[in-house]
Amino acid sequence: MVRRGMSKIQGVAAALAASACLASPALAQGWEPVKPVTLIIPAGTGGGADQMARFIQGVVQKHNLMKQPLIVINKGGGAGAEGFLEMKASANDPHKIAITLSNLFTTPLGTGSPFNWKDMKPVAMLALDQFVLWVNSETPYKTAKDYVEAVKAGTDRQFKMGGTGSKQEDQIVTAAVELQTDGKKFTYVPYAGGGQVAVQLVGKHVDSTVNNPIEAVAQWRAGQLRPLCIFDAKRSTYTAKVTDKEAWGDIPTCKESGLPVEYQMLRGIFTTKNATPAQVAFYVDLMKKIVATPEWHEFMEKGAFNQTFLSGADYEKWVTEAQSLHADLMKKAGFLATQ
Amino acid sequence: MDELNALMGGFAVALSFYHIMLMVIGITLGVIIGVLPGLGGANGVAILLPLTFTMAPTSAIILLTSIYWGALFGGAITSILFNIPGEPWSVATTFDGHPMAQNGKADEALVGAFTSSFVGAIFAVALITFLAPVVAKFALKFGPAEFFAVQFLTFASFIGMGRGSAFKTVASMCLGFALASVGLDNVTGTLRMTFGQDELLNGFKFLVAVIGLFGIGEILSSMEDGLKFNGAAAKLRMDAVIRTWKQLPRMWATFLRSCIVGCWMGITPGGATPASFMGYGIAKRLSKKGNNFGKGELEGVVAPETAAHAAGTAALLPMLTLGIPGSPTAAVLLGGLLIWGLQPGPLLFVEQPDFVWGLIASMYLGNVVGLVMVLTCVPFFAAILRVPFSIIAPAIVFICAVGAFTVNNAMFDVWLMLAFGVLGYLFNKLRYPLPPLVLAMVLGDQAESSFRQAMLVSQGNVGVFWSNWLCGGIMTLGLVMAFWPALTALKAKLAGNGPVPRAA
Amino acid sequence: MSTNEEAEGRPLASYRTLDIAVAIFFLVVCAIVVVDSLRIGISWKANEGPQPGLFPFYMAMAMGIASLVNLYKALPHSDEGAETAVNSVGLGRMAAIFVPAVIFVLATHFIGIYVSATIYIGAFMVFFGKFPLWKAATVSLGIAIVNFLMFEVWFLVPLPKGPLEAALGY
Repeated sequence: MVRRGMSKIQGVAAALAASACLASPALAQGWEPVKPVTLIIPAGTGGGADQMARFIQGVVQKHNLMKQPLIVINKGGGAGAEGFLEMKASANDPHKIAITLSNLFTTPLGTGSPFNWKDMKPVAMLALDQFVLWVNSETPYKTAKDYVEAVKAGTDRQFKMGGTGSKQEDQIVTAAVELQTDGKKFTYVPYAGGGQVAVQLVGKHVDSTVNNPIEAVAQWRAGQLRPLCIFDAKRSTYTAKVTDKEAWGDIPTCKESGLPVEYQMLRGIFTTKNATPAQVAFYVDLMKKIVATPEWHEFMEKGAFNQTFLSGADYEKWVTEAQSLHADLMKKAGFLATQ
Repeated sequence: MDELNALMGGFAVALSFYHIMLMVIGITLGVIIGVLPGLGGANGVAILLPLTFTMAPTSAIILLTSIYWGALFGGAITSILFNIPGEPWSVATTFDGHPMAQNGKADEALVGAFTSSFVGAIFAVALITFLAPVVAKFALKFGPAEFFAVQFLTFASFIGMGRGSAFKTVASMCLGFALASVGLDNVTGTLRMTFGQDELLNGFKFLVAVIGLFGIGEILSSMEDGLKFNGAAAKLRMDAVIRTWKQLPRMWATFLRSCIVGCWMGITPGGATPASFMGYGIAKRLSKKGNNFGKGELEGVVAPETAAHAAGTAALLPMLTLGIPGSPTAAVLLGGLLIWGLQPGPLLFVEQPDFVWGLIASMYLGNVVGLVMVLTCVPFFAAILRVPFSIIAPAIVFICAVGAFTVNNAMFDVWLMLAFGVLGYLFNKLRYPLPPLVLAMVLGDQAESSFRQAMLVSQGNVGVFWSNWLCGGIMTLGLVMAFWPALTALKAKLAGNGPVPRAA
Repeated sequence: MSTNEEAEGRPLASYRTLDIAVAIFFLVVCAIVVVDSLRIGISWKANEGPQPGLFPFYMAMAMGIASLVNLYKALPHSDEGAETAVNSVGLGRMAAIFVPAVIFVLATHFIGIYVSATIYIGAFMVFFGKFPLWKAATVSLGIAIVNFLMFEVWFLVPLPKGPLEAALGY
């Protein structure tokens, strides 16, 4: 309570200073946004990044974590290039942050769009999103092994894999799975959003998907989809029952089911390139507060996220490694831009 | 009858003074949002989201959906008065709504638009009430081939309905397709026609083009004719509602057709914008007064408005039962549901019946409250036309600029809007029809994606479009629609002395 | 239509001229699309269906053919085509709103949309509406302030702003 009182007084001071248009040096000890902060989602509505961003907005406002409002906008055009280019173009505006998914790496590599993560300043990694191999629950495949055997036994391109976007994370995972199927390829069908992909699988328009947990959990609980394996090194740590019988932790890893493929996706926050250390520190602090809320824990569990929080040099190191990993994976799959 | 009981329970939840107040507030805000092209429903809903955290989920969703209804009502106002579609689904409303305003019948057009919005919405809500589970299953049948079939049908029902040169129609439509294909290709991730320009990565946004072609183009035409808007001098009469309602019953067939088209497009999810075009196209073809469409026919306002609102309302169904948002506004609502701890999806109806039925009951009530509110305001809206032209013209340019800017937050789009304005003026002058261009821009991208997805699935076999009764049926219907003008011409010829087909 | 030519000013362009100009505009667009479509491929790939350039290519082709027909139809002199489409008075009136609109958009880059809109609306009222200065100033300021409150304060939609707004803390 005391802390809250303090911050209110500071807020009044900041507002007074701003309205009297004094470039006041009195606030030098910390930076705070002086106008609404825009959170850019480089993806369309309804997907995993979109849900997380809107959730963050809700948590920030519910707990009053920031005095200025947080505005969330989708800029998913051009596989997210639209959003990233906006971040690049507003290098001097510290009131913009972006939530990223793997298209931070895949879009510039796959399309030749002129940006990379170094055009932004890393703030914090909030979590890693999992990928799960899903099939329709009316199909006979009970394990990943069953499914892979069926793919091997079928004709080339007989099995259809649905995913979000083209040459992005879903297709990269698909390409990695294809390395284990004796040269049999999937027909990869790109859709606009993760929610749509899950519904297409329920409607049997595709044979399998690699949806993120949160994109397909509703259909799993309704008994329409069946998870075969999770693309992580270890099983999920969430053991609360999600359906009548199963928990996220009951889904075997793909490796233990004979499909040695691992892939996880960054859910992280970046701000604009010329942000000062004080500005970055503000956002890191904000993210720490968000991650500490009970709502956040519930959200993480619902989506079976891998909760790893990184900031500063650790985060930068992780991003650098992920960049080279994606470059490597995409080169192998032949997804690099040809221009 | 379980549904009826559940619905009554829902009304018990929704029908309180507090909730009615929330509806009034929400609808007022929504109308403001719908009138200004710069504010989407998504903005309004997103900004009020935090306010709703202290409320019960049912009260919160009542407030937020009321904004949605308000925005749906409000979109028609600027379309009719100034030829500026505030929302994409109001484009088709301009075709007859604005000519009506120019003929001094702005109040009738407004009453017609509001009433048909209401009818469309109520029809769709009734559908949700009684058929939700069945309909949700139906939506699952839609794969890429089916999506393409629906998009094809939309085109087909609209094609060949313009007066004037067929070649100008083709040129205009293909320009729309070409504009739609600029930017990143969704299927392969290739950049098309961007020529290294970052601004073009986003492609040409529909709303920017529409604001320029219609809004700015109209201002230029009005200026050329003199410093005034036609119809500005119309007398304001307070009996507009009664006068218009007397005309509506004989349009029952148009209402019914548009309701069905709208629900169908909302669920499948084709969306409100294609629904409005399709509703207009079908009415023009089947109505006795079809030949007068485009000159200020009340039925030409009724058809697209009914369809758009039926679709906009029906689109909430896939959101609740499947968890796919049908529109940006629905996406924000979806985020709200998650924050309140409600998981949209097949189990929502089972696990949260109070919430779902409260929401459905509020759909009925919200629309009734909304209709009463907007109808009372018709004379005020119509009075805007009496503001001197030298104030309204620059103010419209300003509002258009704001609208174009907010689409991508880019000044580039504002310049683009001015360029489209010149194009719109020239097209009007030379009788190049604008509707085919606009429709191609909305649907071009989606139709191409669906077609190519279907080709991927079928390994390049075009037969996939006739692979099942649903898809094949829609495609066949589309082909019939596409060749309808030719068929009528043929029939007339066979009859011997038939009239010259109007396409000539 | 063409009865009161004297009153309506000097003819500037006939329908024929405009038709030809617009047809040529279409042909230029067509050429651009075709060139870029050829770059990204217009063939039908096995197992994948059409390449990204296929649709735009054929759309551009259809547009090109239709425009050639339009051009061919517009070329011969005819009574209808010779009618005046634009005259000096009409063009002057259009320029009266359009040229200031261009300046307004240009100014937005530097002084923000609210200030430039105030000047734009105010100036238009004074010069073309013959309103007294005080009325024009009141109305234009009012419109700008209402919009400012609506977008920046209530709905939190950021629009381009200039030094004045910055000085006020936005």
